[in-house]
Amino acid sequence: MKSVLAVLVEDKPGVLTRVAGLFSRRGFNIDSIAVGETNDPGISRMTITVEEDNSTLEQVVKQLNKLVNVLKISNITEDPSVSRELMLVKVKAEPENRGEIQQIVETFRGKVVDVSLDSLIIEVTGDDEKLEAIKLLLQHYGIKEIVRTGNISMVRGNKTTDHKNPGK
Amino acid sequence: MKLKGADMVISALEKEGLNTVFGYPGGALLTLYDSLYHSSLKHILARHEQGAIHAADGYARVSGKPGVVFATSGPGATNLVTGISNAYMDSVPLVIITGQVPTFLIGTDAFQEADITGISLPVCKHNYLVKDIKDLPRILKEAFFISSTGRPGPVLIDLPKDIQEEKGEFSYPDEIDIPGYKPNLEGHPGQISRAVRAINKACRPVILGGGGVIRSEAYTELKEIARKGNIPVTLTLMGLGGFPASDELFLGMPGMHGTRAANYALMEADLILAVGVRFDDRVTGKLSAFAPDARVIHIDIDPVEIGKNIAVDIPIVGDLKKVMQSLSKKFKPGNTRQWLDRIRGWEKFTPVVENNRQEKIIKPQSLIKKIYEKTRGKALVSTDVGQHQMWTAQQYRFDMPRGWVTSGGLGTMGFGFPASLGVKLARPEETVFCITGDGGFQMNIQELATAVDYQIPVKIAIINNRCLGMVRQWQELFYEKKYSSTIFDYAPDFSRIAEAYGALGLRIEHPEEIEGALEKSFQAEGPVVMDFQVDPDENVFPMVAPNQPISKLMDRGNSS
Repeated sequence: MKSVLAVLVEDKPGVLTRVAGLFSRRGFNIDSIAVGETNDPGISRMTITVEEDNSTLEQVVKQLNKLVNVLKISNITEDPSVSRELMLVKVKAEPENRGEIQQIVETFRGKVVDVSLDSLIIEVTGDDEKLEAIKLLLQHYGIKEIVRTGNISMVRGNKTTDHKNPGK
Repeated sequence: MKLKGADMVISALEKEGLNTVFGYPGGALLTLYDSLYHSSLKHILARHEQGAIHAADGYARVSGKPGVVFATSGPGATNLVTGISNAYMDSVPLVIITGQVPTFLIGTDAFQEADITGISLPVCKHNYLVKDIKDLPRILKEAFFISSTGRPGPVLIDLPKDIQEEKGEFSYPDEIDIPGYKPNLEGHPGQISRAVRAINKACRPVILGGGGVIRSEAYTELKEIARKGNIPVTLTLMGLGGFPASDELFLGMPGMHGTRAANYALMEADLILAVGVRFDDRVTGKLSAFAPDARVIHIDIDPVEIGKNIAVDIPIVGDLKKVMQSLSKKFKPGNTRQWLDRIRGWEKFTPVVENNRQEKIIKPQSLIKKIYEKTRGKALVSTDVGQHQMWTAQQYRFDMPRGWVTSGGLGTMGFGFPASLGVKLARPEETVFCITGDGGFQMNIQELATAVDYQIPVKIAIINNRCLGMVRQWQELFYEKKYSSTIFDYAPDFSRIAEAYGALGLRIEHPEEIEGALEKSFQAEGPVVMDFQVDPDENVFPMVAPNQPISKLMDRGNSS
């Protein structure tokens, strides 16, 4: 089962290593991890997507909580939330099928951000499902390269993952 | 007040009330050792960094205060890694200061540079690389606080040479607030009430105590609960001494080399009150078969341990001492007479294997029992890992806490002897025995120089079977007696090595010499090495084969 954890951490050197290292040495399966700064200086937020059953997920959360630089963990899997990921795809594009590709990109509200004689770079954002769908279509033309940012999520409505709220 | 970084370290140690440091200097620590020169701290110069950190570990285990270690950058720091892991696995508070190349050289593969914060990250409770003198006072305070509170553990501070020399504003904080570190000390009252009801309802309860009992100093609470509820107690290797071995309710140690009483009681229990344990595989045996009928109450300060290995019915996160205090206030004396009667039929102590008078061969079990009797059970005892460790756990019956220092989790050969030096320095008034093997002793034998240099009168009993006994035992039982690299074809004369270092060395070959040798060791003023030549064919029994239910105990004589 896929779960999404919103993790607030101190913005200090080595924190990403501590978190990522924990996953590998405890044998937890990590799907994606995305880190960036927040509105609070000195605090970064990680969105970690984990592929584990419930009891292992509980261990993941507890082990993360043990890290001194981790301030708060919220499991937002069940919360109504907005999830986004950005993907860049370099796809083969012969002059005769450029139009078709263009149509697919528009349907998925993507953008063509670079054009060369025989390829295009397409930028598309969305949740995992949407990105997988366009990837499947583009595979038909031949994908030369893919880069993805990893998933970021935010809970809808008033609720925030502020570390001043009790939680750890 | 403006101080150099190195002086800040010394000041912090003094403010923490610590007076003993174990270490080994080097290029990147010259400034710190310069500051040490005129300080009131006692520095114990080991002969290898690993010796220093194991000594600090032993010091911490018997004193309850954090052990402090200094080591230089590069090889000095990497030599500590086994010691850090050892302390981490057994939850021992250590504060380790390593020298580092100057900040402007970090990352350039400079002379004696090693990324020790990276290397030690998985085996430290927390670690720091100091890059700004302004952070140092706070980091020092945090390091001592984190290492010794909650579930204790090692904390490392990597201190670049230029930061040691740089001056900065120093005031040592009295209080500290670390937003991401708030150990939960008080157990949840609702969970405590549930636990009380479960204990009161139980017909076949057992208390399983571990190292947490020692770390939290919850001995009186444990005694009170056991006696009030008439609940039998078993203690893991790490917990020995947390409840008197001579108490009628004590069942001995559980697990792979446990007693029948402890293992059968756990397997038949309808309730296990697990306090400060982590359900290690050496205790549970085959997990799916472990304690099939038992509801489990698990109290631990570290939430990670709860539900990690076995499913728990009533989890309580908190400091053992506090939780058990509220627990014992609430529960009613139980009637467990039938259960205790049943347990009475099972062996609580592993029988000793007596010396063979005809063959004139020393049996290791009998030797350790003799040491127990001669010290009236009052010595502080350290060990390495392996057969001698298990025989000691079986035959030395610890009535007092903090008298037993062994490498439990990591199982480190070479731990026992340097650890015993720390033990003796922390508790100079006590008799200190290091019971070790001929394999383990040779892994840190150089510390004999430290023992003689500082005249630390520890008594070292080498259970010398000229082989790596425990590994050899497994080869005998599970690898068709193919003794691959476990028999030493050459063995040094340890008594002469001891003499060369300036210690008293004794070689004991026959059972009738044991008594006299021990007497001599009691009279000696300095360190003593007793090389006991024991029967090399002895194995540790009872034994549960790996991944078998702990009720399946093999005995001496019917193992093959």
